[in-house]
Amino acid sequence: MRRGPTSFNIVAVAIGLAFLYLPIVILVVYSFNASRLVTVWGGWSLAWYRELLHDEAILGAAWISLRVAALSATAATVLGTLAAVALTRMGRFRGRLLFSGMVYAPLVMPEVITGLSLLLLFVALDLDRGFWTVAVAHTTLTTCFVTVIVQSRLLDFDRTLEEAAMDLGCPPVKTFLTITLPLIVPAIAAGWMLAFSLSLDDLVIASFTTGPGATTLPIRIYSEVRLGVKPEINAICTIMIALVAAGTIASSLMAKRGASRRERAALGVQV
Amino acid sequence: MQRDRTKRSWGARIVILVPYLWLAVFFLAPFVIVLKISLSQSALAQPPYLPVFDLAAGWQGVTAFATQLSLDSFRLLGSDAIYLLSYLKSLQVAAISTALLFALGYPIAYGMARAPKAWQPALVMAVVLPFWTSFLIRIYAWINILQRDGLLNDVLMRMHVIDAPAAWLSSDTAIYIGVVYSYLPFMVLPLYASLEKMDESLLEAAADLGCPAWKAFWLITFPLSLPGAAAGALLSFIPIVGEFVIPDLLGGSESQMIGQTLWIEFFSNRDWPVASAIAVALLGLLLVPILFYERLQQRSLEGGSA
Amino acid sequence: MATDSGAARGRSAGERAPLVRFEAISKRFGAVPAVETLTLDIVRGEFFALLGPSGCGKTTLLRLLAGFETPSEGRILLDGADIVDVPPHRRPVNMMFQSYALFPHLTVEGNIAFGLRQDKLGRDEIAARVGEMLELVRLQGFGARRVHQLSGGQRQRVALARSLIKRPRVLLLDEPLAALDKKLRAETQFELMELQRRLGTTFVIVTHDQEEAMLVADRIAVMNQGRLMQVAAPSEIYERPNSRWVAEFIGEATIIEGRPAAAGRIDTALGPLSIADGVQSSAKTVWLALRPEKIVIGMQRPKDAANALAGTIFEIGYRGEMSTYKVRLADKSLMKVAVANVGARGRPPYAEGDAVWLSWPPDAGIILTS
Repeated sequence: MRRGPTSFNIVAVAIGLAFLYLPIVILVVYSFNASRLVTVWGGWSLAWYRELLHDEAILGAAWISLRVAALSATAATVLGTLAAVALTRMGRFRGRLLFSGMVYAPLVMPEVITGLSLLLLFVALDLDRGFWTVAVAHTTLTTCFVTVIVQSRLLDFDRTLEEAAMDLGCPPVKTFLTITLPLIVPAIAAGWMLAFSLSLDDLVIASFTTGPGATTLPIRIYSEVRLGVKPEINAICTIMIALVAAGTIASSLMAKRGASRRERAALGVQV
Repeated sequence: MQRDRTKRSWGARIVILVPYLWLAVFFLAPFVIVLKISLSQSALAQPPYLPVFDLAAGWQGVTAFATQLSLDSFRLLGSDAIYLLSYLKSLQVAAISTALLFALGYPIAYGMARAPKAWQPALVMAVVLPFWTSFLIRIYAWINILQRDGLLNDVLMRMHVIDAPAAWLSSDTAIYIGVVYSYLPFMVLPLYASLEKMDESLLEAAADLGCPAWKAFWLITFPLSLPGAAAGALLSFIPIVGEFVIPDLLGGSESQMIGQTLWIEFFSNRDWPVASAIAVALLGLLLVPILFYERLQQRSLEGGSA
Repeated sequence: MATDSGAARGRSAGERAPLVRFEAISKRFGAVPAVETLTLDIVRGEFFALLGPSGCGKTTLLRLLAGFETPSEGRILLDGADIVDVPPHRRPVNMMFQSYALFPHLTVEGNIAFGLRQDKLGRDEIAARVGEMLELVRLQGFGARRVHQLSGGQRQRVALARSLIKRPRVLLLDEPLAALDKKLRAETQFELMELQRRLGTTFVIVTHDQEEAMLVADRIAVMNQGRLMQVAAPSEIYERPNSRWVAEFIGEATIIEGRPAAAGRIDTALGPLSIADGVQSSAKTVWLALRPEKIVIGMQRPKDAANALAGTIFEIGYRGEMSTYKVRLADKSLMKVAVANVGARGRPPYAEGDAVWLSWPPDAGIILTS
């Protein structure tokens, strides 16, 4: 598809992107609005950010969310990468159909179902709900996203590199660790980032599986939002957006300087 | 002499077993529990249902357990119209939203696929970035815009399109706006992936054989993009049916989607069996699309690109 | 029908014991047979080529030797020991991949030294051997470069160095020159031959380019649909193909069907033709294969010619160094003739439609019984 865009194409993409970003831009801009009202522009101000710093409830919730997200993202990355390797490199094994079914289902499963089922599991196991149950729940939810990303990369991976390494005396496991893994790191990092932001962002599953003392940020925001718009919320949202945007841009820059272009170059193909 | 290399090293076994066990315990097993709870009866106890499966009671415990199971919750679902209406509403919202998503998402994906190669990664990132920022935040952003004293009314009034602030929020319209907004990347990205993979020489061949550009689109590009469209449609439709946050924050009180109904039953009414029954019925409803989606994934895993 | 006409002919030196032996090897992918009950010997120190059309099984055979495929049946012997159960990373065999498969995240030095690092050699020894290799492939000073900074020819030399540094008993080359342009390919072919002679390593090359195989190899195995058609030195294969298939696959040939008559003669649709010796077998039908360059073309009927046929020129092909003619004969068949363009003018002296005479000596043709 390289014949060049028509003006219709350009307009479509432009409108689409505008639609996607407008609400976010508005949100960010109004976090700096001195006035409380959305319809009145009171000038630039950091008032809400200052108030945010004093709001223990929100800050506490943010801290919990960050820890849960970091923990569950890391666990999900490990599990997801293992699952991706199992699905792409282990050929047929017993129960493979069920395995892949379980891996992909969370991608489409409505969160209310997953959340409810996990809570009932915790209740049945008589576990106290709180930080750890939310972390486990988020890990389960986000593993599939990591798997999809890593698996897609592994499928595209040039197997002759692995063959060359084995031909030169490198045993299969070592080949995977020293040749394959370093070259798919951008995909794994992208998976971690996605798992992190999904966890940071999740409301439904966290609501079901959390307990006293482990209120996550989305839960906090949600309860405040039901009472109406508050510029403080805009402030914390802006911070979160900035965080995620910075992380995403950083990891994609890493990926750009990363393997796939080098790999294509190494294939001796003059593009 | 036949060769057979089916012996798997212990390392390979761990690679498969670790995620397998995790998912079996934390994903699969809970569904069984949901099923069991849906067959239980509500009670003022902790946990708020009967019977509790007590292994210590031995075989008698099992039979006692079995006799106490009831389909009451399911009967309730069938008898009270509110549940049926919720399911229907959810299906309606999901179907219309998916159609809207397709109509809006296709031109965007197509435009992205036609863009110069150098721009494409940036465009993909631009589409993905909002998705990676908080979902809740973005819905909240729409509240900012759609509320009575919000931006939309402000702009419309200034442009003299309307005289008095209209109620955009708490309506089905708001739900559709929210859903389309949130799920757009889910539709655009698989579509884009499908379109981008298409070999441009196919279109050149069509032109060479006398086919005008618009016709080539319908006869060649569109059919080849259908796998991506199917993936995008399923990735949108299935989760939208069970949506909770969007209808809760943006929708009105006159009708509920099934996700809200489940939430209320669970958190407000503390009726776990009914909530579980709703979940089981919802899962049954979505089983066919979910299996369809799994099939699509399997094929892409084995087949690769055309 | 595979005929192996002596393993010690051509330029190969060294002992006569086979280094590699494929013993009744079969390989099936699902229901599709890629290699069928094939037996082949490769001699120590020779440059061996596997040649054939795509799908003939030559790459499969190479991969079987490297260890990336396991045979459905049969044994593979390396120096007398069966290596079928030995995984690729433990075989003393190295491969140069068609796509080079250079590790993009390692430098040139890192790529070349990779194999030695697996063997846990000392740092000094590795450095010395890498330096040696860089000199051998004429890439001194390139050690610190990254793969994507190299040209196609340079990458190919890194791949070669990487695969030779472990001094393997057999070096496998999978269409190594396919990605190079014609000039570079010609240069590299000579370099490869020189290298092989210098190192004395056994090389096994897979190629679909006939001329390349004939140039570099000491012996060629011509394969078709998983079977060996003929295994012999290049000149043997060209001058004495063992079947019509080989005669037509290698180079060009005109095939004439005939019946053996008296000694030194066969009867064909074009009349009786003289051949060198009587036909050995008792076959009723034989075929005469004539290479285009062995036929003489002229305006007049040559005196005292053993074989002479009249015809008209049907098609002329000008190829710079030579011209090829397709001449229509009395029985409507076409005979291919090739003549070097020795004249200074360059234009072929004949035109389409000219009446010409073709002649050749009795020993110019090859008698084939299959």
